[in-house]
Amino acid sequence: MGSVIATSRTSSPHARRARSTSQVMLWVMVATLPGLAMQTVYFGWGNLINVVLCVLLAVGAEAMVLALRKRPLTFYLKDNTAAVTGLLLGLALPPLAPWWVSAMAVVTAIVLAKQLYGGLGSNPFNPAMVGYALVLVSFPLAMTTNWAAPAGLWQAAPDLSATVQSIFGGGQTAVDAFTMATPLDVYKHEITSHVASEVWQNPTFGTGIAKGWEWVNVAFLSGGIGLIVLRIITWHIPVSMLAALTVMSLAFGSNPDVTTPLSLHMLAGATMLGAFFIATDPVSAATSHQGKLIYGAGIGVLLYLIRTWGNYPDAVAFAVLLMNFAAPFIDHYTQPRTYGHRKARRGIASKGH
Amino acid sequence: MAALWQFPGGIHPTGNKHQSSARAIREAGLPPALILPLHQHIGAPAQTRVEVGDHVLKGDCLADAQGPMGVPVHAPTSGAIEAISLQPVPHPSGLSDWCITLIPDGQDSWGQRHPVSDYQQHERTDILAHIRRAGIVGLGGAGFPTSVKLKPPAQDTITTLILNAAECEPYITADDRLMRERAADIIAGLDIMAWLVRPERCLIGIEDNKPEAIGALEEATRGSLIEVIVIPTRYPSGGEKQLIQILTGREVPHGGIPADIGVICQNVGTAAAVARAIHQGEPLISRITTVTGNAVGTAGNFDVRLGTPVDYLLTCAGAQDKAIQQLIHGGPMMGFTLTNPAVPVVKSTNCIIAAGTGELPGPAEEQPCIRCGACAEACPMELLPQQLFWTSKSGEFDKAEHLNLFDCIECGVCAYVCPSNIPLVQYYRHAKGEVRTRRAEQIKADQARQRFDARQARLERDQAEKEARRKERASAMVARSPLEPDQPENSKAARGAAVREALARKNRTPSSKAGSGDTPATVASPGTGASAAETTAQPPDLADLEKQLAQARNKLNTMAGMLKEAQAGNADNVDKLERAVAKNRERVTRAEQALADARTRVDATPTSTD
Ligand code: SF4
Ligand code: SF4
Repeated sequence: MGSVIATSRTSSPHARRARSTSQVMLWVMVATLPGLAMQTVYFGWGNLINVVLCVLLAVGAEAMVLALRKRPLTFYLKDNTAAVTGLLLGLALPPLAPWWVSAMAVVTAIVLAKQLYGGLGSNPFNPAMVGYALVLVSFPLAMTTNWAAPAGLWQAAPDLSATVQSIFGGGQTAVDAFTMATPLDVYKHEITSHVASEVWQNPTFGTGIAKGWEWVNVAFLSGGIGLIVLRIITWHIPVSMLAALTVMSLAFGSNPDVTTPLSLHMLAGATMLGAFFIATDPVSAATSHQGKLIYGAGIGVLLYLIRTWGNYPDAVAFAVLLMNFAAPFIDHYTQPRTYGHRKARRGIASKGH
Repeated sequence: MAALWQFPGGIHPTGNKHQSSARAIREAGLPPALILPLHQHIGAPAQTRVEVGDHVLKGDCLADAQGPMGVPVHAPTSGAIEAISLQPVPHPSGLSDWCITLIPDGQDSWGQRHPVSDYQQHERTDILAHIRRAGIVGLGGAGFPTSVKLKPPAQDTITTLILNAAECEPYITADDRLMRERAADIIAGLDIMAWLVRPERCLIGIEDNKPEAIGALEEATRGSLIEVIVIPTRYPSGGEKQLIQILTGREVPHGGIPADIGVICQNVGTAAAVARAIHQGEPLISRITTVTGNAVGTAGNFDVRLGTPVDYLLTCAGAQDKAIQQLIHGGPMMGFTLTNPAVPVVKSTNCIIAAGTGELPGPAEEQPCIRCGACAEACPMELLPQQLFWTSKSGEFDKAEHLNLFDCIECGVCAYVCPSNIPLVQYYRHAKGEVRTRRAEQIKADQARQRFDARQARLERDQAEKEARRKERASAMVARSPLEPDQPENSKAARGAAVREALARKNRTPSSKAGSGDTPATVASPGTGASAAETTAQPPDLADLEKQLAQARNKLNTMAGMLKEAQAGNADNVDKLERAVAKNRERVTRAEQALADARTRVDATPTSTD
């Protein structure tokens, strides 16, 4: 044997079997499909159109910035993370929001919140939620009046052309007939002057908990459980977030004549989408198990506080963003106890150690 | 059945063991030349005792052990010494090192063998010395001298002796085959080790993917007190720390050794080697090595003489030169690539993988970390690999150390699961290397500073002495005046002593407020630490302090030397040594301080005539 063996020198381990980032992201997208399907069934074509629009815009914006930053396009685009950001925005924005609102949100998310911070992995804030929060603050009207009424695709929901017209045409008025405030919004405002039984009469709630919304939330919940089963996310953040929301609701809002009841907190609004798909965005969340529990619980508490006492009917975006701020700090103080150490080394590194 | 514990994380990589575990151990035979590195273990390289042209017999000692951590090197066959030269050796960075080249004469005739009959009739230290003379080191891969491991520090009582038969890394089946075919040897070795360390329990930990080996061990241990404990297959259960955790539920303390929690862990191959050394009087001159991978025709295990070139061994296993894409020394998780197939098999060579095309594809392009946490989920040491990665990458080594960088066992689990293909372990190795270099530099700088300070102090002292003599002479010239009272300087000195004494007392008993006055009377008052008053009042013994300082310096130097050695060998006690060095450095500083203090006091007392 000569020295003809042209072997390369690589670092151990020489074996790997990981799901690639792009696969992980693909699974996340797949897991949102039940929720998207339910949204479409109950609220019409709006979300579906939004999702397609936002994904395209997100990928386009990412490609543009990458080109400007002179980065290899395909290498970065194929990680699918921009598509997921677009997808989440498409799912979260009001179904009938005009196109420029969505575009604004997506561009903010990708360009400002992600790429300007250095791209994937370096963004301290959840990009989708930065985009969402920005348009929510900037265009409160468009963001609160464009929720489709839960009419059911088979009944009175706007048909495809009306939806397209509403989103892309200037004619917002065309769809006014189809829109309706969200259940959380309605309850919050009506309960100040009515008792619970009267509020429940509002058509928003239908015969179930929150007409249509409950099924959308159940669908996102099932997709999320799928992600946990596939070990793409861990249970810590969603469970602690939902648990904290429950505890808060029971502690401060057990009287449905005064405050929004737990059932609505759980099954109306963006709770499940937020718990399983948004709060779990790994880049901007806490990392250790204990840290994730704290992080999730923080989101749950903030979500309740803002929904109940804040100006906005829903608050997933703000709650997540606020906890994004806290994540590095949480990480510092939740280092796991390493093997062989009597206790965990926590806090910020200091020379003294 | 003993209760089992679990270690956190871990993975289930594809075993790839059947390729090599099906065939019985084969003799590798005599290669045309044997290349024997002098440094096949942690510790100082062995010192050659033969010369070029010498004829040696099988089992003859070719190089003597150096230092406490060294072991000797023996001739794996009879033949002539052809060269003592620098040769490429198996090393992650493709180093060359000093090697003895032995050309076999084909006779394979044994020299003197020294079996020990009835070892239990001997002193334990004699048996340990015998094991050391046989050149035995841990055959699991670390190369730690077995005799050192079997002689734990006096303060540690050993309760559990563990035989590591887990062999958790993919591809490797050397221990598996050894257990199937030579279980009796292994148990004989375990008996000897158990006699040496007198544990309460003797356990063999083996993964459940080796049913034949389990059967053989159970057969061989029938009727004995040795417990064969079958553990679930999960990488890295064979890591020493993990196996101890699984079997005892306890963790080796950070920076400590297993003996600190009463455990000693040995590899099965090592046990067999110990049995051979004691019962047959044969030193460690061969080992079982797995040769496998898609590029070899007949994968399997070989009983191979140390020093056998890897390419010779590959030929034995029918390797196709051209088919080899990558050559790995060790397993796929922790091994390193060989770029030169001429390197010899050494004491730690448990496996050679000749990987074919696509078998062990190199890492795909590194993507940004998405902080998915998969690495932290899987890390068996409960580290935060991604944070370690960020800090290592950005050169924030302080932070990396704070994140327990040095607890990383480089098992490769984190990189295995990373969806972004980040070569995490490579980053950690780099960071560790950097930190070690910096510490070494720090030590050097400290030593230089100390030397400088000492010199400075000496010069000052000389100066002061000269001055004192001059003044003495001057005052002798002046007639003694009756005006000259001893009073002022006396009280001054006494006051100084009082302050010092008060400080000393304050340090001892912070609550005691007594005696903080500055008059000599307070100092002299009884019950305020007479002994302290004594030590301060009496002139300090300079010679004594100097001796202490010298001793402390000596110790520091030894520790620093040991540390350097350990660092060179990538030993796992580096951490501990580093702390020892730091402590000793402190001691030196303190001794210097004390000496300097004493000197100023000595100098001050007789000369304060202002
Ligand atoms: S597994 Fe890789 S991508 Fe995920 S957190 Fe760890 S280093 Fe980052
Ligand atoms: S290589 Fe180090 S950090 Fe990575 S899993 Fe193993 S012990 Fe943990």
